[in-house]
Amino acid sequence: MRPFTIERAATAREAAASVAATPGARFIAGGTNLLDLMKLQIETPRHLVDISRLPLNRIEELRNGSLRIGALVSNSDLAADRRVRRRYPLLAQALLAGASPQLRNRATVGGNLLQRTRCFYFYDTSMPCNKRTPGAGCAAIGGYNRMHAILGASDSCVATHPSDMAVAMAALGASVETVTPEGMTRSVPIGELYRPPGSTPHIETTLAAGELITAVLLPSPPPGRQLYRKVRDRASYAFALVSAAVLLDVAGGEIGSARIALGGLAPKPWRSLVAEDAVLGRAPRDETFAAAANAAVQQAHGHGQVDFKIRLTRRLLAVSLAAASGLMRS
Amino acid sequence: MPPIPTGPDRHEWTRRALLQAGAASGAMASEFLPSMRDPSTVQTTSSEPAPAAITAPVTLRVNGEEHRLVLDTRTSLLDALREHLHLTGAKKGCDHGQCGACTVLLNGRRVNSCLTLAVMLAGDEIGTIEGLGTSGQLHPLQAAFIARDGFQCGYCTPGQICSAVGMLGELRENWPSHVTKDVADETIAATDPEIRERMSGNICRCSAYTNILAAIRDVMDGTER
Repeated sequence: MRPFTIERAATAREAAASVAATPGARFIAGGTNLLDLMKLQIETPRHLVDISRLPLNRIEELRNGSLRIGALVSNSDLAADRRVRRRYPLLAQALLAGASPQLRNRATVGGNLLQRTRCFYFYDTSMPCNKRTPGAGCAAIGGYNRMHAILGASDSCVATHPSDMAVAMAALGASVETVTPEGMTRSVPIGELYRPPGSTPHIETTLAAGELITAVLLPSPPPGRQLYRKVRDRASYAFALVSAAVLLDVAGGEIGSARIALGGLAPKPWRSLVAEDAVLGRAPRDETFAAAANAAVQQAHGHGQVDFKIRLTRRLLAVSLAAASGLMRS
Repeated sequence: MPPIPTGPDRHEWTRRALLQAGAASGAMASEFLPSMRDPSTVQTTSSEPAPAAITAPVTLRVNGEEHRLVLDTRTSLLDALREHLHLTGAKKGCDHGQCGACTVLLNGRRVNSCLTLAVMLAGDEIGTIEGLGTSGQLHPLQAAFIARDGFQCGYCTPGQICSAVGMLGELRENWPSHVTKDVADETIAATDPEIRERMSGNICRCSAYTNILAAIRDVMDGTER
């Protein structure tokens, strides 16, 4: 690990200004991803701004029914929150499907959204990686890529975003509140937080240098059943091969509202509007769900070993929609 | 904002700081593993001088006792405990938050001490296996692990026991888990699948899982032998 200086931030605005003004500075809160990467010298900050004591650890219900979640709320506190468990059960399910209890106790909401990919080649500094070293090339394309992306990837990078929590938040239509180094606040819909990799996969978000996530805002959930399903190599404590976050409301024999987001298969939590369109107004039947599942992966393509994810996604989404509709016991 | 005072301090070199600096320069890796590293892709070169350590003072409260330390800012809580306070119960397994051998209690909650920076912990309450019990007066979980043979080599055991202490607290607060049927349930039944899932952050390479489960079960049911 490279040596670094560290300071404890007094306010979110000062933290943002400090990171923007100090070359090679990074925020640190839970540190579960950053320290791991620093030990491997994939991240080499010269200065850390400790934001862990900022008063951003509250979950509050707003008058309009939204839930504002402070960026420093731990993954475990969020999953244990009664309001989340009752009103946004798929968010609790997604959080509990990720990492281990020890990591969830330390990992924060903001850090979870901004965690880096777990691509093997990103982690292996002896291999080329455009995300780690812009222009170096991508060893995953044509390499061992069964964990990689089938949607939204580019010729430069096929890495996935590893978060489960973010997939649930994408389905719930969350937005991210930030403070800029100039002290301005803004709100970014989660779908606009992540940049497509294109030819610059090292630039992962639309946040400005030093811009700090202070909260996540969840609007009132749409009616209907919610569920999060995750397929992985082990029964616990493993990243998703594919996951699905589904909210479905059936009224009067047809699907009145639908939210569908997929995880483990794209560089960002993948809200599938085409799949939602394919079920809206239709009868909740297996044919409807199969059509939605096909639509979700119509633009997908594999890179060899990862090809199986296309079929897996189709099957996972169809069965998740059936379960959420009540056609099948979850 | 008040910065934590930092600065290069060449007189505070510890064995670990020297080892870290050596590893940081890439010198050790390239010396011992020449064939493993393709020079065209290696990012850190062995000709780079070892960067000077930067230290910061911190007061750590461990098992109820305060310790004033000056640490290399890179020092993990695990290394602070083991190398500076000589509390060697918490073990270094993977050093990347994957195995759970380093699990300690931070303000009563289980965390991976290897992925926690010591200098960030001023004012926090740190609990280690050494604070749970003594050889004369074992913690109920320690006694149960012995009675149930909940280990073979023992390397993961301090982490398993600290993790189990944290888990019992989480269950008392009715936190749901991945295997909880309905996360909205107010009370969570502590079934065996629940315990297994909740202990999944602790790996036992001897695979003593069955006996670890039995030991935890005994303590939960109040039937320690």
